[in-house]
Amino acid sequence: MATLPATGTLTDHRAAGLTDTDALGMFTLMLCARTIDERMWLLNRQGAAPFTVPCRGQEGAQAGIALALDPTTDWLFPHYRDTALVQRFGFTPEEIFLMFFAKAGDVVSGGRQLTHHWGSQARHIGSLGSPLASQVPHAAGAAYALRLQGNTAAVVATTFGEGGASKGDFYEGCSLAAIHRLPVVFICENNEYAISTPMHTQSPVPDVASRAAAFGFPGVVVDGTDPFAVYAAVREAHHRARTGGGPTLIEAKMYRLLPHTSDDNDRLYRSREEVADAETRDPLRRITAYMQEHALLDGQEIDDRTAAMQAEVSAAAAAAMAAPDPNPTTLLDHVYAEDAR
Amino acid sequence: MTATEPHTHGLFSPPAGNDDTARGATMIEAINAALTEEMARDRRVLLLGEDVGKRGGVFGATKGLYAQFGAARVLDTPIAESGFTGFGIGAAMLGAVVVIEIQFVDFIMSALDQIFSEMAKMHYRSNGDVRLPIVVRAPIGGGVHGGLYHSQSPENLFIMPGLKVVMPATPADAKGLLKSAIRDPNPVIFLEHKRLYRSVREALPTGDSTVPFGIARVARAGTTLSVITYGAMVHEATRAAEIVAPEGIDAEILDLRTLQPYDRAAILRSVTKTHRALVLHEASKTGGFGGELAALIADEAFMELDAPVRRLAAPDAPAMPFNSRLESAYMIDAATIAAALRDLAAF
Repeated sequence: MATLPATGTLTDHRAAGLTDTDALGMFTLMLCARTIDERMWLLNRQGAAPFTVPCRGQEGAQAGIALALDPTTDWLFPHYRDTALVQRFGFTPEEIFLMFFAKAGDVVSGGRQLTHHWGSQARHIGSLGSPLASQVPHAAGAAYALRLQGNTAAVVATTFGEGGASKGDFYEGCSLAAIHRLPVVFICENNEYAISTPMHTQSPVPDVASRAAAFGFPGVVVDGTDPFAVYAAVREAHHRARTGGGPTLIEAKMYRLLPHTSDDNDRLYRSREEVADAETRDPLRRITAYMQEHALLDGQEIDDRTAAMQAEVSAAAAAAMAAPDPNPTTLLDHVYAEDAR
Repeated sequence: MTATEPHTHGLFSPPAGNDDTARGATMIEAINAALTEEMARDRRVLLLGEDVGKRGGVFGATKGLYAQFGAARVLDTPIAESGFTGFGIGAAMLGAVVVIEIQFVDFIMSALDQIFSEMAKMHYRSNGDVRLPIVVRAPIGGGVHGGLYHSQSPENLFIMPGLKVVMPATPADAKGLLKSAIRDPNPVIFLEHKRLYRSVREALPTGDSTVPFGIARVARAGTTLSVITYGAMVHEATRAAEIVAPEGIDAEILDLRTLQPYDRAAILRSVTKTHRALVLHEASKTGGFGGELAALIADEAFMELDAPVRRLAAPDAPAMPFNSRLESAYMIDAATIAAALRDLAAF
């Protein structure tokens, strides 16, 4: 894989404000998410798990977002395709597989939620449901509560697809954040498809980012297959949010390289040629080439890291698969919180 | 108070009863007092909704709170029920205690995704990790010349595990139940009948007094039959009971106060005493909460019954019409209830 060609050159990571160590970390994060993603797809096809939500093609943007946020102070209200991003906020591969297999030890929900519906208060990740864009007003409200508590350090980031950006909750959440000039970064991971529906059928205008004008805050389009460019854009928005400048809407444009979920068949609505063309902009291919061009890793090191990641993910998947299921006697636990405040 | 009034009042100023404040507080004053006390008691309490700030709410429930607690804690929102309900959820996830006012329950429909999909399920779906201390207050009910979209009684929608549902009938209960709701670590749907806002007065208990959920109140003790009801219908039923009392029909009226949880034991206790039950609500009959109550009695007290469980509820029209004569035809009043009581007693 070390010799695959990339299309164009990525933003220089140093110019974006990143160290070599940061760049290596982003590469590793993307490789980890890709390896987990591929393993989940295989496990689903083998019948070992009922469902998965691939992130293939979106790891680059997520790595950029991840490095621009500070998980010790910031909060993240993610959407379901954020397998790379949530790792920045503390999810380990084994925890991700515990969620995937819906095991008792799943920190998201103890096996209650459909896989990839992230959430963990301890990790500063807002709980996610399936209706799209519901988390956008949550992010605004969370930022408001943090402000009321006198917290001036925290920034709240929320991610969603261009599909979710069609919903009223997106607009209403942006509006509330703008009215109160809240430290929120809205990030649209535009992967061009809402299941089968392409962008031009979802939106009369080509850019989700242009909607920011309606709320009076900046809207920025960035190449979502360039992790360093995404980092720079989110970092600037993060700085604006932290210094009282209010929200920013960032639209990272990318391509969903796999079907919507393991239950989707994308051959019904897009050509193999189109997907093959998008593969040339695969963010993992691009950063892999970049690492070599900039002598951060050589071909042998990349192969070694890839093999090591395969082993790590295999161990995580095996451990999670062997972990206990939730006990049916817990079915009615936590319908209501018990203790009064 | 009667079920429908002549046009002597406006939509935001529902019918008033005795204006003698020596006779105690109205429900709107009781709600205002509960909000004031809880905001003073707990700095985390945050109010949000349309016109709750300087305007004090269109019914005056939040009157004075903006001046007392400031704009940061009494938040006027855009007319975006889903958005500001979601905003309240996010704030609660980060430690705020949130009281949301929906201007009329008829407009809560835009927020149902946030309420049903997020609020009701958050604690469960996070395996207990997230708790949402949120109260969604909403004026409910008709007989105020509000037309289709200012008169509905959709309380049955909120009977969903994960939510609690409160419908007070008296000022003292409204205050005590609202204080309990604000202190509850769960989302609570708090439904206030508009026609009760100003029409009933009673002395409020002094001190920090709360009313617990799931404990029904015997509004009138009786022996002939049981009326199981809640909200404004408690008062109509009480009037009906006085109408039929001279005829030897001694009705017991049970005010459920809360619908989720609801006081199963109190219902069964009353039916076991009287052996006849009328289930009564202002909402339409088919699919209404009365079906649940009737089923409970049939399931658990069948052998106690001397007559079939009867349901008295609004007709299955989509909503309450505006025209006064149509509105009166829709509403259940004391005379209608009295007829149902006679019928049940004679079975």
